[in-house]
Amino acid sequence: MALLNVEDLTVVFGGKDRADVRAVDGVSFEVRAGEVIGLVGESGCGKSVTSLALMGLLPPKGNKVTGKAIFDDGVNLLSTDQRTLRDMRGREIAMIFQDPLSSLNPVVPIGVQVTEVLARHRGMTGERARKEAEALLDRVGIPDPRRRLKEYPHQLSGGMRQRALIAMAVACRPRLLIADEPTTALDVTIQAQILELLKELVHQDGTAMIMITHDLGVVAGLCDWINVLYAGRVVETASRHSLFAQPTHPYTHGLLASIPRLDSVRGDRLNPIPGSVRDLLPWVEGCAFAPRCERVLESCVEGPPALVGGAHAYRCVNPFGADS
Amino acid sequence: MTQLARKKIAKLERLAELAAVHANEGGESLWREAFRRLRHNPAAIVGAVILGIFVLVGFVGPFLVPFSPTQTGLGFVSEAQNIIPGPSAQHWFGLDHQARDEFSRMVVGARQTLLVGVVATAFGLFFGCLIGGLAGAAYGLGGKRGRSLDNVLMRFIDMLLAMPGLLLAVSIVALLGPSLTTVMIAVGFVSIPTFARLLRGSMIAQANAEYVVAATSLGVGRRKIALSHILPNSVAPVLVQATLTLATAIIEAAGLSFLGLGNPDPATAEWGAMLTDALARFEFAPRLAFYPAVGIIITALGFTLLGEAMREALDPKLRK
Repeated sequence: MALLNVEDLTVVFGGKDRADVRAVDGVSFEVRAGEVIGLVGESGCGKSVTSLALMGLLPPKGNKVTGKAIFDDGVNLLSTDQRTLRDMRGREIAMIFQDPLSSLNPVVPIGVQVTEVLARHRGMTGERARKEAEALLDRVGIPDPRRRLKEYPHQLSGGMRQRALIAMAVACRPRLLIADEPTTALDVTIQAQILELLKELVHQDGTAMIMITHDLGVVAGLCDWINVLYAGRVVETASRHSLFAQPTHPYTHGLLASIPRLDSVRGDRLNPIPGSVRDLLPWVEGCAFAPRCERVLESCVEGPPALVGGAHAYRCVNPFGADS
Repeated sequence: MTQLARKKIAKLERLAELAAVHANEGGESLWREAFRRLRHNPAAIVGAVILGIFVLVGFVGPFLVPFSPTQTGLGFVSEAQNIIPGPSAQHWFGLDHQARDEFSRMVVGARQTLLVGVVATAFGLFFGCLIGGLAGAAYGLGGKRGRSLDNVLMRFIDMLLAMPGLLLAVSIVALLGPSLTTVMIAVGFVSIPTFARLLRGSMIAQANAEYVVAATSLGVGRRKIALSHILPNSVAPVLVQATLTLATAIIEAAGLSFLGLGNPDPATAEWGAMLTDALARFEFAPRLAFYPAVGIIITALGFTLLGEAMREALDPKLRK
């Protein structure tokens, strides 16, 4: 049974005087309880919009969300009213953001921000809330939590800020955690620590997690199932093992090939994917990745490719492995 | 004890508890940092010293003056012969046209000026923040209905803004009848639109900040987000404006008195009214206009200096 079942999620941004932009275009995936799934793709592929749409955090104007996202066989997150969502946010589903500094209120001490969540969902106040907040900071590995509670966000280091945000997100033991590039704004050494912490917390609480990232290294160490997004659509979906063993879509392949390797010969050039996400083709006309694809065929631009291939599915007419 | 009272007490206790938990030690907050920068700004120090003297004079001055400000006949004054005695050892600023001690009147007038400035600004600040805060929160967090509420409130503010400030103040005094209270209400009323627009704009700018989205993602309620997240991040420009408004409020109150719309009692010592009285004797006793004018200018300057320094200290762009 799936904890979250996203079906045909589509987010269109548009206004009276601008052309519609399909930021997310029919994305479907499911998250089972306790499972970690990855949404991978480069900037502008729709991964953050997906997470904001699921949380109901998109601005009220200028966008249209369609599709279904059934949480726990009950509520459709995309169509339910804000009141229900407010009750669910933080308690059932919580989110961790990219930039810990701007995600914390600069003029309010950490302690107030943590206890606020406890007061909202667990009815804790005063000394009890403070004790619990202290325990939470301790749990996410912040040393001297008693002192830290009184400090302001700018007095904490980047890693510590992200830990504080994680503490707030897991304060009510939500069943689903959405992590939107939680390590992008951090030093490499801190990144590993934060990922380790997330892994540990998710494991301890049995929380399911959607990890949104552009970093395949992150998903490799963390996710059970991976969805690769390009221009708003899932282009490849597979278990971690299968995806890394056999990247099938040329985009996934390109992402993996572009990672610099320790064992490559010095002087070897890096292998970037040529072009940028801006060079996309609208999906209705064919494969959006076609303009940048090294395996492009004429049939690629004859119409949108379908997602094929069973458990390890891909959206490509000329995938890797097809000719060998 | 009634249920309500018990609830109220419990709430107060909880607040006190929270304050106690978070108040002590802490770290260096935005405000503390701003204060440190303020201390290193010479303009701020000059402004603060001027205001310090002004407030001190306003508070204790009236108890120390050598003469009662309303006591007439302290010397020989003849307006027909153009005789009004100037400064002497006994009367430091000389006498005025009714042979009252000008120095004592200046000192007592300081209290009046301080009172008018502070009360008028507080009046404008309170109602301006009420309207602006409501509109800003409604626009930023209230969805479609919030936007209509914001629209209604802001069009009301636009109506106030459409009228020139002094004219609006004069109309209010005309409506309510001249008195000290009326002057304070009128001057405060004129400053409402500024505060309302400033706070609203500042709150709307904060409403899309990431920490607001983050707090929303944790299920924090809208009222709580507006009051404990957006508001504290939006008040800095309003406080700066309040300091600057104190200066204009003093000038405007003096202006209303000057136009004869202030306290109708001619005996009260009030800088604006003293200026009016001085005008008729300007040819032979210009010093009577000089004292209140300089008083108004210096206090207004003090508030302006401090306000500008506060603006600099709180401006995140100028922070290192």
